[in-house]
Amino acid sequence: MKDGEVFEKVVKILTPYVKNQEALDSIGLETHILDDLKVNSARLVDVVLEFEDAFDIEIADDDVDSVETVGNAVELIESKIG
Amino acid sequence: MSVRVVVTGMGVVAPNANDVNGFELALRKGTSGIRANEAMAQAGFGSRVAGVPQGVDAIADSYFDEELLRAMNLSHRYAAIAALDAWRDAGLARPEPGDDAVDWDSGAVLGTGIGGMDTIAQRVVPLTDAGKVRRLGSTAVEQVMASGISARVSGLLALGNQVTTNSSACSTGTEALAQGVERIRRGQATRMLCGGAEGACHHIWAGFDAMRVLCRSMNDAPERASRPMSASAAGFVAASGAGVLLVESLESALERGAHIRAEVLGCALNCGGHRTGGSMTAPNPEGVSRCVRAALRDAGIAPGQVDAINGHLTATSADPKEVASWAAALEVAPGDLPPITSTKSMIGHALGAAGAIESIACVLMLEGGFVHPSINCEDVHPEIEPYAASIPHQLREMENLELVVKAGFGFGDVNSCVVFRKWSGD
Repeated sequence: MKDGEVFEKVVKILTPYVKNQEALDSIGLETHILDDLKVNSARLVDVVLEFEDAFDIEIADDDVDSVETVGNAVELIESKIG
Repeated sequence: MSVRVVVTGMGVVAPNANDVNGFELALRKGTSGIRANEAMAQAGFGSRVAGVPQGVDAIADSYFDEELLRAMNLSHRYAAIAALDAWRDAGLARPEPGDDAVDWDSGAVLGTGIGGMDTIAQRVVPLTDAGKVRRLGSTAVEQVMASGISARVSGLLALGNQVTTNSSACSTGTEALAQGVERIRRGQATRMLCGGAEGACHHIWAGFDAMRVLCRSMNDAPERASRPMSASAAGFVAASGAGVLLVESLESALERGAHIRAEVLGCALNCGGHRTGGSMTAPNPEGVSRCVRAALRDAGIAPGQVDAINGHLTATSADPKEVASWAAALEVAPGDLPPITSTKSMIGHALGAAGAIESIACVLMLEGGFVHPSINCEDVHPEIEPYAASIPHQLREMENLELVVKAGFGFGDVNSCVVFRKWSGD
């Protein structure tokens, strides 16, 4: 997958769940999914399901715990794509 | 001095209209919302017609953001659209995003007969049984829990008073109204959004088809399939949708200059105990009569003052007994029964939503001074023939219509009755 493509797809998947438009406008790898984007933590499982579907990968529950920033999500996805 | 309660807002999503004005027009014209149903046909149901609101997804897309829509099945969409419409109709504003205020004086009783069956049948059961529980994500629970529709609306409107889902089968919608009214009368709430919703899913209707209580003889003529009070009635037509009425203390309505649509003068709830003719699926006539008379007493009116009746009247074999029960409850000879009509003739039986949608019809009739036609019963049932003059086959204009009674007699032998009074400024 091209550089930046994973990041773009991640942003697209997160967008409907984002409650802080400003943070979305300036989104980057360091942006914190819960604290900055204000995504409802209850919906994280849905975000993960969408990552799995979009990239055709499987993400274990343990992996999810380590994802705090957008960059963490991109890294995790890239590691699963291989 | 007891608290008077009035209707200040209404919202409806029905098989023949998706807004109150459209619904009124449809009622006046006798427009049926019953259509052929492909899912029922494909699954080999005996009955293959149903009442399903049209064009709802387009409305939902304009009312709710994407994240919300993912957690809203059909009953949620119906209920939420109707509730938001009722709120706006009452002249109240939907909270702005970012507004933290809670409306502690407003609550909701929004009921359902079956619940989130579409989510259960299409997602919970198949995914769970396939060992893929994870795939349900976070949105399954709120869509299947019985209280889902009331919980959904409370979040949309920041309601802070009682928020609950009642359930009493076909009586649900009118019972919800009675419960909301009671709460306001007791001074525990100022405003209550009351009504019901039922999703459109053939899995909801399967059990009724199996009981052979759905009409299976009019699959080629959907608009003529729902035939309350007719000699050729052959069971009810499954339907779906939502009706919500905002009821409010008269004091609050006057204080904020709200437009008052009607007064809820009285209500009553009871059960027939499944005795003397009553059963899980049939009403005890004595229970029916007691409920109606209790509602009239609560309203402080004499039986002779009732101007029109919106019956339960589903097009089953119970219809003739129901008409006779009304005559008995109002102590009138057949020729003196007030006009009696069935909204189900046009929209089918919307189960948990029925009583609420039909209550909205009552308010519209009072406001407009008319009784809507009870369609599809030109061939009046022989046992109802003595009351034939009371059945409007066309729109019946009634300028002096003042008191309309609505009742629901649900599975479980549960009854509800509400008396509506025309609002004339006093």
